Amino acid sequence: MELIDTFFNWDILLRSFPILMRGLSNTVVLACCSIVLGTFAGLLLCLVRLYAPRPVQLLAVAYIDMFRALPILVLLILIYYALPFVGIRFSSFVSALLALSMVLAAFTAEVCRAGIQNVPVGQFEAAATLGMPFWLGMRKIILPQAVKVIIPPLTSNSIAVFKDTALASVVAMPDLLKQAQDTQALMANPTPLIGAAIIYLALLWPLVRVVGYLEARNQRLQMR
Amino acid sequence: MTAAHPHVIDRNSPPVVSMTGINKWYGSYHALRDIDLDVASGERIVLCGPSGSGKSTLIRTINQLETHASGTLRVNGQELTPGMKKLDVVRQDVGMVFQHFNLFPHLTILENCTVAPISVRKVPKREAEERAMHYLERVKIAEQARKYPFQLSGGQQQRAAISRSLCMVPKIMLFDEPTSALDPEMVREVLETMIGLADEGMTMMVVTHEMGFAREVADRVIFMDAGEIKEVAAPDAFFANPKEPRARAFLNQIMH
Repeated sequence: MELIDTFFNWDILLRSFPILMRGLSNTVVLACCSIVLGTFAGLLLCLVRLYAPRPVQLLAVAYIDMFRALPILVLLILIYYALPFVGIRFSSFVSALLALSMVLAAFTAEVCRAGIQNVPVGQFEAAATLGMPFWLGMRKIILPQAVKVIIPPLTSNSIAVFKDTALASVVAMPDLLKQAQDTQALMANPTPLIGAAIIYLALLWPLVRVVGYLEARNQRLQMR
Repeated sequence: MTAAHPHVIDRNSPPVVSMTGINKWYGSYHALRDIDLDVASGERIVLCGPSGSGKSTLIRTINQLETHASGTLRVNGQELTPGMKKLDVVRQDVGMVFQHFNLFPHLTILENCTVAPISVRKVPKREAEERAMHYLERVKIAEQARKYPFQLSGGQQQRAAISRSLCMVPKIMLFDEPTSALDPEMVREVLETMIGLADEGMTMMVVTHEMGFAREVADRVIFMDAGEIKEVAAPDAFFANPKEPRARAFLNQIMH
């Protein structure tokens, strides 16, 4: 079978497997770093957006708007290919990490804002009347309640960022996709690309299911 | 009727709450007009009046959930000004009970009662839990300590909210329509808790339409209308013979 030999060549898949695994580890490290960095920066950004003095708030709004509108690929190319002209040079990994987490931070900030604003005013008042300083109340009372609403969309955004790590191959980072492309060229057969696709699927499909589960659970909790 | 609940009002010490010439506006709406009011230690005050008369705004001003535009407000001797730094410290001594309880839904009843003493007053966890159990027993829901708020009835939730406030050992308790959101059969249990509290000499300011409660425990009834204190009287005198025509009309309406 011509088709199977071309796209699902078992022999080639086996030989490319170790190379793909090396790419996968790069992808996972990039994804995890971006998600952690982007999420924390996003929460911070959201608190600035909500509670900082007015001019600083507006800066946060500008940042959030800009990075929600800017395609990650464009940002990545700007960082990797344009910044060197002003003497700022980042490795492909750092460039990808910056681009991904800067965009994720903007989306996370919006998700967190919705989560915090979803907590009834009475909760803020109850914390305040017990003598809790604002940030203590935020930490002990407000955020724990907001998190329940925030987790599903946050996970969803994280999945999106995980997928977008593939963009790093454009700046020659040896991620899963780049390794697959190189192997495909080396072995003159597209099977490694299929292998990469299967690995992405195997990794992310369970996470997609988890989001679905969390959303359904939240719905049940709200019905109560 | 106050003789049924004897207690001591300490008029020699400085007042717990002292309001002089307090004004507040919502846009062009004059919510509080020249409010002058002193509350002595141990005194129980009931505020009543038609909705929108400013009674909730008044007690919410005392812990600065609402800020005042002008006038002087002192709580436990400390002057409160909008945007002041030490507001948290003043609030520690001012308990507040809300119409909708506002228990923390992600914490158990016990944790609701210990979170502020532990994190604000730095009471050791064991001691805070013992204190919480003491107050939960007093409001008769000790057996609910490990449950979450949604597992309790409205009346139980409100009693839990009262004990949450008491755990901070406040010098004054503010009640903002504490029984208005309750089913009728649960009103009594909350009022009894409040009467018990009054009997122990707690300084209280209560916004309520429960005139039976006012008659039984209030030292003074304050009638408000359109942001103004229209009448201040002992409950017997107020209910028997309200001087203000608006108060008379109001009483007629709610007594029927």
